[in-house]
Amino acid sequence: MTVSIDAPELLRLYEQMAVIRGTEKAAHDAFLAGLVKGTTHLAAGHEAVAVGASAALRPDDYVFATYRGHHHAMARGASPAECLAELMSKATGVCKAKGGSMHLTKASAGMLGSYAIVGAHLPIAAGAAWSASLRGTGQVAVAFFGDGATNIGAFHEALNLASVWSLPVLFVCENNLYMEYTPIGSVTAADHPAADRAASYRLPAQVVDGNDVVAVAEAVGRAADRARSGGGPTVLEAETYRHFGHSRTDPATYRPADEVEAWLNRDPLDIARRRLADLGVPQEDMDAVAARAASAVAAAVAEAKAAPGPDPAQAFADVWADGGYQWRT
Amino acid sequence: MADLITYRDAVAEGIAREMRRDPAVVCLGEDIGAAGGVFKTTVGLFAEFGPERVRDTPISEQAIVGMAMGAAMTGIRPVAEIMFSDFLACCWDYLANEIPKMRYMTGGQVTVPLVIRTANGGGLGFGAQHSQAVENWALTVPGLKVAAPATPADVIGLMAAAIRSDDPVVFFEHKGLMAGRGAVPPDGHVVPLGQAAVARPGSDLTVVALAATVPIALAAAEEVDAAGVSVEVIDLRCLVPLDMASVLASLQRTSRLLIVEENPLQGGWGGTVASIVADEGFELLDAPIRRVAAECVPLPFADALEDEVIPTTAKVVAAIRTLLQY
Repeated sequence: MTVSIDAPELLRLYEQMAVIRGTEKAAHDAFLAGLVKGTTHLAAGHEAVAVGASAALRPDDYVFATYRGHHHAMARGASPAECLAELMSKATGVCKAKGGSMHLTKASAGMLGSYAIVGAHLPIAAGAAWSASLRGTGQVAVAFFGDGATNIGAFHEALNLASVWSLPVLFVCENNLYMEYTPIGSVTAADHPAADRAASYRLPAQVVDGNDVVAVAEAVGRAADRARSGGGPTVLEAETYRHFGHSRTDPATYRPADEVEAWLNRDPLDIARRRLADLGVPQEDMDAVAARAASAVAAAVAEAKAAPGPDPAQAFADVWADGGYQWRT
Repeated sequence: MADLITYRDAVAEGIAREMRRDPAVVCLGEDIGAAGGVFKTTVGLFAEFGPERVRDTPISEQAIVGMAMGAAMTGIRPVAEIMFSDFLACCWDYLANEIPKMRYMTGGQVTVPLVIRTANGGGLGFGAQHSQAVENWALTVPGLKVAAPATPADVIGLMAAAIRSDDPVVFFEHKGLMAGRGAVPPDGHVVPLGQAAVARPGSDLTVVALAATVPIALAAAEEVDAAGVSVEVIDLRCLVPLDMASVLASLQRTSRLLIVEENPLQGGWGGTVASIVADEGFELLDAPIRRVAAECVPLPFADALEDEVIPTTAKVVAAIRTLLQY
């Protein structure tokens, strides 16, 4: 399937991105208000990667994300309300308040988890791709990961074996230039930490503008076609930028002001609006969509806040497949 | 006389029976295909089921176990081999952080029905990085089931239960037992996970054992039998689920408990068994609980040194005699 994005489709993608942006800001506010414990790794700035990729995938394809994964959960169909409820430790959370911000999962939508051990999910995604090929379903699996994951062993083990077995898996790096607080370039012997490594495993690679939802959708569409037709894995490196720090405790003061400004001027929502304007969509239509997204987020915040906390019995549910937790007689 | 099968061949037989029954069962690991595995525990599988279902991998433990996990989450029942259990350390993230937590963390959205098989234990002079008994590593992680058969029939029966389990199972195959022979169980033989066996009935003292310590306990029981001492040997078969009901029932009969484990005393599974007995079976006891475990040193290479460290029949006999003095 060649991805072709017309004005109505792009407007839909813009709205999805606006909902994700609004939800991430709401998550930030909820954290500051004391409604979210632990930590959050917000994906504001990364929306085009998730929304563009999802637009190019089949509903039954598999997606695997990292602890910075709110955008992927929502792009694949988790509602903002169930994501915010999860962050706020509510019974209606997408993981029943047992996963939290770092583990958003929506299995019914093929979003098979957010993984908080860096790089661990690349082999897991390859395994889902192996399963799809064993079952002959034509599904593909996509692993989204950060630039920091390219220096961990699991990245290399997964790329090698996925290439040797020619698995229908896409490895999509969200390169936001920083491995937590450290510039990725200062700790990596490659200019493009994911794309430059692909040739070592006989894999094709492409660096894409991760802030342009259309560019991402086209690249993922091509790679998914290739995977579905038996051509094997592709490595994509989507260049993007975080609007917040690494996690909620990080003000990101290590990033030069001019760099931040340059990237904020390349906001994925603004790029989508420029593309919409080029397609002849009036500003009022975009504003109307943005307003609808804002009210959807406000409703989601209210719904999550009003939801009850978890039943204490949930602490003991679902260790085992039978729903229980008994480990001895 | 019934047909006999070695413990080694029972591994392949147990897997083959499940692969014939369920096309979703596949195997992956290093040298498991045409080579039949370095311990020859997968001989015949490649020939019968072909390269799609019996796949050789590179030396990439994280990829082996991680891919098994992803396949298990999406409709396949993988049986992954980690050649030596010591190498579980190379992919421990998957056993400690990923596989056992996925179902729980997602509020029950996914299951991970896989088996990780691995050759465990000492006594063969492989040195400190290829001889460890590490079943206690797996016992420390809620969310993993742990099987460690002692006989060929139990290898087949527990393998069936492990592969059919919708929960992840770590399956320890003991290197020191591979050449042993036992009866071939009939088709359809399944040993449910978490049911201990009375390997030898007795009335004076209970020895709780697992895998290679079962024959050690049986040999010790025979030795003291000549002196009129009646020892009951309980083969736990699994650490999770842990069949404490069978242990406590045995203590009703014997009132004395000796635990024989091959992992080190420090952090060994016997400590968990002992603590439950102390808590729930104190009134049953006429003597303190004793443990014969590996000494708390890395495993040495030479046989004479390794015997100093791991449980032996002589150490078990000595412990039995001490306990009978109470």
